[in-house]
Amino acid sequence: MIGRGYLPIILVTLVIALTPLVISSNSFFNFTVLVLIIALAAQGWNLLGGIGGQTSFGHAMFFGIGAYTASILQTHLGVNAWISLVAAIAAGALAGLIVGFLSFRAGLRGSYFALVTLAFAELLRVLANASELTGGAAGLLLKLDPGFANMQFSSRPTFMLLALAFVFVSLVITQKIVNSRFGAHLVAVRENEDAAKALGVDVLTVKLKAISLSGAMTAAAGVLYVQYFLYIDSGIAFGIWISIEALLAPMIGGRGMVLGPLIGAFTLHGLGEVTKSFAGRVPGIDLMVFAVVLIVVIAFASSGILGLIRKLADRFSSKGGA
Amino acid sequence: MLQVRNATMRFGGLVAVNNASLDVKEGSITGLIGPNGAGKTTLFAVIAGFLKPTEGAISLYGKDITAEQPHKRAVSGIARTFQIVQPFAGLNVHENITVGAYLRHARPSDAVEKAREVAHQVGLEKDLEKSAASLTVAGRKRLELARALATEPKILLLDEVLAGLNPSEIRDIIPVIRSIRDSGVTILMIEHVMQAVMNLCEHVYVLAQGKMIAEGTPAAVCNDPAVIEAYLGKGSAERIARQSAENTGGPNA
Repeated sequence: MIGRGYLPIILVTLVIALTPLVISSNSFFNFTVLVLIIALAAQGWNLLGGIGGQTSFGHAMFFGIGAYTASILQTHLGVNAWISLVAAIAAGALAGLIVGFLSFRAGLRGSYFALVTLAFAELLRVLANASELTGGAAGLLLKLDPGFANMQFSSRPTFMLLALAFVFVSLVITQKIVNSRFGAHLVAVRENEDAAKALGVDVLTVKLKAISLSGAMTAAAGVLYVQYFLYIDSGIAFGIWISIEALLAPMIGGRGMVLGPLIGAFTLHGLGEVTKSFAGRVPGIDLMVFAVVLIVVIAFASSGILGLIRKLADRFSSKGGA
Repeated sequence: MLQVRNATMRFGGLVAVNNASLDVKEGSITGLIGPNGAGKTTLFAVIAGFLKPTEGAISLYGKDITAEQPHKRAVSGIARTFQIVQPFAGLNVHENITVGAYLRHARPSDAVEKAREVAHQVGLEKDLEKSAASLTVAGRKRLELARALATEPKILLLDEVLAGLNPSEIRDIIPVIRSIRDSGVTILMIEHVMQAVMNLCEHVYVLAQGKMIAEGTPAAVCNDPAVIEAYLGKGSAERIARQSAENTGGPNA
């Protein structure tokens, strides 16, 4: 017996998991790994921003904290990659708790909260660029040493399956939250804080839980990134690009919906790749496509692709039924 | 069961509630009336914990709750509705009520079931799948009521749940309020619709310019000269009494 909402998750995961059987192109796996990493980071954003309505513009901070924690532990201290992963996830959760405590306790919402998260991410980027520990502007290189123990895989499909496993876990966790009391509270906070309070929802605690879970998920994405590319610098780790990717994917795919970030990430980057192959190497052409897609979605399907599908399905079924 | 002792709420130089006290007896329907801007809603916000009173104390069953956060007060058994309805607009009616039901039911299936029960009690059972945003004014008022009720409160604070309803809608909802009281929930209501106040309340407090100026049975309060003056202006009680004496030869005709 599968609970509510899990069937689509399992199906989507299976489809992606089976691609190595039919596709053997390395560029496809490169593409899919990147999309999955972004989908994982975006799922973290979706939990806080989509379901909880606290729009962050600085999820790079969690991504970077995850990436740097994993790299520093491995390069400087020789810690095992998997233990580093756990530490990085914990660091992301802790960072979420701290930022959440500082901003939510002060009652920051909406664009003010977004600005504070952006400021934190930028602050960390500047610090990482200057500090010895993070390798300064040169960044950190992980030693190439493929093997399960090091969480490095020379086979791209294997790494894709690892990333997929992470995304699957994040989807299941999100679905579990959506089905739970905590999820209902989170949505209530998004919709109307005062009404939520009146119904006994401890708004601050709910937000803090959400932001630390969110930070943990996005930090895990940062770890995957560094395990795949074996290199990190401040511009990648704390750069604005990942903050934007993390919020664009759920917005396009369907914010607040469990599969939104994954669908959004695939759509955006899929379109980006297609344009690149048509337009050749015009620099920034994929970003222009992102912009057009975003405008179209906001104008015509404000609840994203999944929202649009659901609306059409509702209309169809009500017509068919009546 | 609920006591407000000498509550004062100041916003800068404005004293919205001035040294007001009230007592709500368990199992009663108590009314709080007063002209517009008297401070009724502010007093409700103080009772529900949304505002911290400048002075004074609130206690529930003798326990001081003045320092408790709103969500803690909900746990203690105080539920409120909002004068300006505050539905979770993106959710449907059932989901809206379920948020309230989660307060005492951690398991989703229990909460969903409880929400259905409450929807039935307030007459929203046909609208469960409707989006909250698509409800009529009367529907939204019922939704406010249902959500608060789903928290299984001991005392329910109703802030003008009848405002904006037409006479037939008011007639429909009055028995609902009475049945809530009969199910064991104490009610404190702010209301302008006098038909409902006379009909439902056993005891009425009158707030004017932040001060409690009268209390008693609805009939007694309505004939209180201080109350008439608060609503209609200084000297009006006397004038009305004189006029009705001239017109009919008796003040009560």
